[in-house]
Amino acid sequence: MSWINEVGPSSDIILSSRVRLARNLADTPFPTAMDKEEMDTVIQRVRRGILGSHSDLKDDYQFLIIKDLSPVDREILVEKHLASPDLIKNYKSSAILVDKVQVCSIMVNEEDHIRLQCIFPGNRLKDALEYLQKVDDTLDAELPYAFDDGLGYLSCCPTNLGTGMRASIMMHLPALAATGQMKGIISTLPKVGMAVRGLYGEGSEAGGDIFQISNQITLGASEEEIIGSLEAIVGQVLEKERQTRRAMAEHDRVRFEDGIWRAYGTITHAKVMDLNEFMDLLSKVRLGVEMGIIPDIDISSINGLMILGQPAHLKKYEKDYADIKDLDILRAKIISKKLRDRKEGA
Amino acid sequence: MLCQNCKKNPATVHVTRIINNTKTELYLCQNCASEQGEFSLFAPFSVSQLLGSLLDSAKSTVELDKTPGLECHVCGMDYRQFKKTGLFGCKNCYRVFKDEISPIIKRIQGGATHHTGKVPQSQSTRLRTNKEIKDLKLKLQDAIKIEAFEEAAKLRDMIKDLEESKQGGDSL
Repeated sequence: MSWINEVGPSSDIILSSRVRLARNLADTPFPTAMDKEEMDTVIQRVRRGILGSHSDLKDDYQFLIIKDLSPVDREILVEKHLASPDLIKNYKSSAILVDKVQVCSIMVNEEDHIRLQCIFPGNRLKDALEYLQKVDDTLDAELPYAFDDGLGYLSCCPTNLGTGMRASIMMHLPALAATGQMKGIISTLPKVGMAVRGLYGEGSEAGGDIFQISNQITLGASEEEIIGSLEAIVGQVLEKERQTRRAMAEHDRVRFEDGIWRAYGTITHAKVMDLNEFMDLLSKVRLGVEMGIIPDIDISSINGLMILGQPAHLKKYEKDYADIKDLDILRAKIISKKLRDRKEGA
Repeated sequence: MLCQNCKKNPATVHVTRIINNTKTELYLCQNCASEQGEFSLFAPFSVSQLLGSLLDSAKSTVELDKTPGLECHVCGMDYRQFKKTGLFGCKNCYRVFKDEISPIIKRIQGGATHHTGKVPQSQSTRLRTNKEIKDLKLKLQDAIKIEAFEEAAKLRDMIKDLEESKQGGDSL
């Protein structure tokens, strides 16, 4: 069910659909102005809001205090997109509830008291919103949300006012990136209230040709309207990427496939691979899989490899490879082995 | 010229600080400059920080004179702090800094000023009640106009009941 090991609609280009809602309690200052006691109280109230609720949600969620996790385990939550970098930065005062299937997470004391988010594989924004509404309604029944008739859900930063909703689609756009068309998209989208970011959100680079398109405007339109506009934009980008892929392949089929197989050759035989190189190679291999050029590998295993190659996930493997201290060597070893095993097993 | 801090790398950053009319000058290398945290120059911009600079551009100089003293009595957040971080301290801040923030909200939200999305279930009853009261008041005016006093008295009692039944937490 998680976007990492399942695929959804249009998964040849769209990795995942994410919706997040920002919520605050009316009777407590925002995290920016809370003291230690208030922080702990908010954590406990949200925990009870889910685990003590009468809804069927209570059996599905695991509660974690970020401070109690090892630094590696904290980063793993970020690499899986279950927690935001900010939640980990606030580790002294933050907590998270994660559901068993790792689709939905509830962050406590991030920038806002509560950040609910849900990620579905492929192009499924509406489903993600619908699923999240249930969680939101459960908390709403237990906790007094800060809400204003005019401004909507009150958030710590005015950029989240109104719906408090950020919806985003994660896309693999190697053809648009290679042909220089991403620059135009990145500069045009803000004009229609959308933004483009990298794999790990604000400030992150678009490694591996992976981009997130999300709404910037949160006020003045309903959740469904915002998602509708985002889907329309995403549909256009998707079509453009498909066209460009086809054109590139038709232009010089042999050289196009050569680029993909060379990347495959390198990623399966390299001895040292830093994160940037890994993401670049994996993007080409992913393109080969998405276009049916590389057989016997499915897209979900590419997603799994992408997450596995991130620093914290690799560190989890360190104990199996105690002799390797260099992450770039460890990455090459683990990734190439996984890919070769998969190929032989197929 | 070498960095005045580490005395190893060439100085590529020139810092001038003026505190209480005392001017200090520093020549640092990029490493020392970012380590000392002097320079947000090297950190990526965050949306909320950019927000602060919008605040100034939206205001006239006259208004600027009086706003620095504004402070939220609930959480203690003052205007200067908000300008720096772009983050509010509590829901009451929206009331305190309303005049300052309204034009900014409009600008960052693509011209929108009013929420039209989901309403918390716990509050939707109250919103419905408000609308009912508004409708009844219009009917009451009509009734008085046509001198239907019996009807008007009935309407007046209904409005009174509804107003008593609803709880606080109206629009800011």
